[in-house]
Amino acid sequence: MVILLAAKLSAFFDPRVLSFCASAYRILKNYLQLNISLLYWILIAPFTGQFFKISPVFRQMVFIGVRAAPMVALTAFSVGVTLAMQAAHSLQQLGAEIYVPDLVMVTLLREMGPVLIAVIVIGRSGSAVAAELGTMKVSEEIEALEVMAINPVQYLVVPRFLAMLVMLPALTIFGNYIGVFGGWAVCTFALDFNTAGYVLRALQSADTWDLYSGMIKSAVFAWIVITIACNAGLHVEGGAEGVGQATTASVVQALLAMLVTNAVLTGIFFFAV
Amino acid sequence: MNSNEAPIIEVVDLVRKFGDRTVLNDISFNVHRGETLVIMGGSGCGKSTLLRHMIGSMKPTSGSVKIFGEEIATMKEREIGRVRQRFGMLFQSGALLASLTVGENVALPLFQHTERSADEIEEIVKQKLQMVGLTGFEDLKPDEISGGMKKRVGLARALALDPELLFSDEPTSGLDPIMTAVVDQLTLKLAHGSHMTAVVVSHDMTSAFRIATRMIMLGHGSIVAQGTPEEIRTSTNPEVHQFINGEADGPIPLNLSQDEHEHHQHVKPRPFVSARFRFHHKTP
Ligand SMILES: Nc1ncnc2c1ncn2[C@@H]1O[C@H](COP(=O)(O)OP(=O)(O)O)[C@@H](O)[C@H]1O
Ligand SMILES: [Mg+2]
Repeated sequence: MVILLAAKLSAFFDPRVLSFCASAYRILKNYLQLNISLLYWILIAPFTGQFFKISPVFRQMVFIGVRAAPMVALTAFSVGVTLAMQAAHSLQQLGAEIYVPDLVMVTLLREMGPVLIAVIVIGRSGSAVAAELGTMKVSEEIEALEVMAINPVQYLVVPRFLAMLVMLPALTIFGNYIGVFGGWAVCTFALDFNTAGYVLRALQSADTWDLYSGMIKSAVFAWIVITIACNAGLHVEGGAEGVGQATTASVVQALLAMLVTNAVLTGIFFFAV
Repeated sequence: MNSNEAPIIEVVDLVRKFGDRTVLNDISFNVHRGETLVIMGGSGCGKSTLLRHMIGSMKPTSGSVKIFGEEIATMKEREIGRVRQRFGMLFQSGALLASLTVGENVALPLFQHTERSADEIEEIVKQKLQMVGLTGFEDLKPDEISGGMKKRVGLARALALDPELLFSDEPTSGLDPIMTAVVDQLTLKLAHGSHMTAVVVSHDMTSAFRIATRMIMLGHGSIVAQGTPEEIRTSTNPEVHQFINGEADGPIPLNLSQDEHEHHQHVKPRPFVSARFRFHHKTP
C-alpha cells in the first residue's frame, strides 16, 4: 500500500510531468498577463491620451472576418441542410414534420451557429494570426517595436482583438441566415413546405433569447480565440519550427477552450435558469 | 573625454548568463555625449547581447546599465518607453516590419510619437531615405529589397526621430565599400553636426577606425581592450593585434578543429546510394 502510494507520488514528480506543469503554468501566466494588458490598452489607456488607431482595426476585420465569409457560408449551408434532413427523418415517424423549421432555427441560433463558425474562424483566422505574430517574433520585429517604444499589445493585439470581437458575431449572424436558408432548401424541395410556411414556422419557434444567447456565446468565443492565438504567436521561441508548433498549439488550445466554454455557457443559459 | 558631464551610458559590472553559460562577464564602461564608441569582437562573443542590455530588451543577471542617468534594467515598461523615444536602434537583421512598405517602416516612429501631419511625415521619410541612399524605394516591401538595403532602411528608421543616441548592430555588414563609406560619413556627420552619441558594433576594421572616437574589444564575454583608435591600433595586446589585422594565427581561440572535421566529412565523396538513403532519412 505504502509502496503503491510512493510509486504514484514519484510518478507525479516525474520530470516530464513537472516540465508539462511548468509549461502549462507559463502559458497560463502569459495568457493572463496578455489579457490584463489588453484590457488596459482598450479601456484605460485611451483616457490617458494613448488612443489606439482605428484604421488597423478595419484592415484586420477584412483579414479575419470578410475573407472567412465564403467558408462560413458553405459550412453553414451544409449544416442547415443536414439539420433539416435529420430532423425530417426523425420527425416524419411521429408525423411532426411541421416542426422541422423550429429545430433547424433553434439549433442553429443556440448551438451550431456559434460553435461551427468559431471552429472555422479558429482554423482559418486564429491560426493565421498565431503564425503571423510568431513570424514577427522570431524575425525580431516585435523586439524592434518595443525598442521604438511601440507597445506590441497596443499595436498588434488590440486591432486583431477588436476586429475579432466584431467579426465573429457578425459572421455568426451571417452563418445563421445561410443555415436557415439551407433548411429552407430541404423543406421546400423535399418536404411539403412552401416558403411562407417555412419562414413563419421558423420565426415563431425562435424567441429573441435564442438569438442573444448565441451572440453572447460567439462574443465570448471571439475573445478566447483571438487572445489564445495572439498569446501563442507572441511567445514563440526557436525559429520557423517554433512558429509551426505555436500555430498548431493555438488551434488545439482554442478549440478545447471554446468547446468547454460552450458547454458551460449552455449550462448557464438553458439549465441553470 | 569630457568627464565633467555625466555619461550618457553607464555600464557597471554587467553579467549575463544564458543557463549556465556566461556570455557577458563583468563588463564596465561609460559613453559620454558626442562620442562614437565602436564595439568589436568575433562572431558570437556577445556584442549583440551587450547592445540588447543597453536598450533594455534583455535584463542583466547582475550589474547595472544606466541610460541618460536612469537605470534601464529595473525600469517599468512605460518608463522604458519614454527613454526609448530618445534613442534609435538598428538591428543586425534590420528587423523591418514585413507587412509594411519601406516608407511606412521609416514613418512608423513618426506616426506613433509625433503629432506631425501625414504630409510632413512623408517629407521626413523621403529625406531620411535619401540620407542612406535609398531615394525612390518607399513603396517596396522589405522582402523585395536586398539585405544591405534592409540595413539602410533600418538605419533610416532608427534616425527618424533624430535621436540623441544611436545604437547600431553591424550597420555596414552586407554593404559594398561605397555604401559603407556613405553610412560611415552619415554617422560622422550626425556625430559632429548634431552631437549625436553612437554605439556601433562592427567587424569592419576600415569602417571602425573611420568613425570611432573610442573602441572596445570584447572577447570571451569580457573587455579585452579599450581606448582611442590610436591606442587600439598601436596596442601590444596580441589578441587585439590579431583581430584588427585579420590574421588567422594568434592567441584568439578559434575552435577550428571541430569545424575542420565536419568540413572534411562534407567534401568527402559519398557513394550515391548512401547519399540517397540519407536524403530519404531526413525527409519526414
Ligand atoms: N536568447 C538567447 N538565449 C540563449 N543564448 C543566447 C541568446 N542570445 C544570444 N545567446 C548566445 O550568446 C552568445 C553571443 O551572441 P551574440 O550577442 O548574438 O553574438 P555577436 O557578438 O555575434 O553579436 C552566443 O553564443 C549566443 O548563442
Ligand atoms: Mg551580433
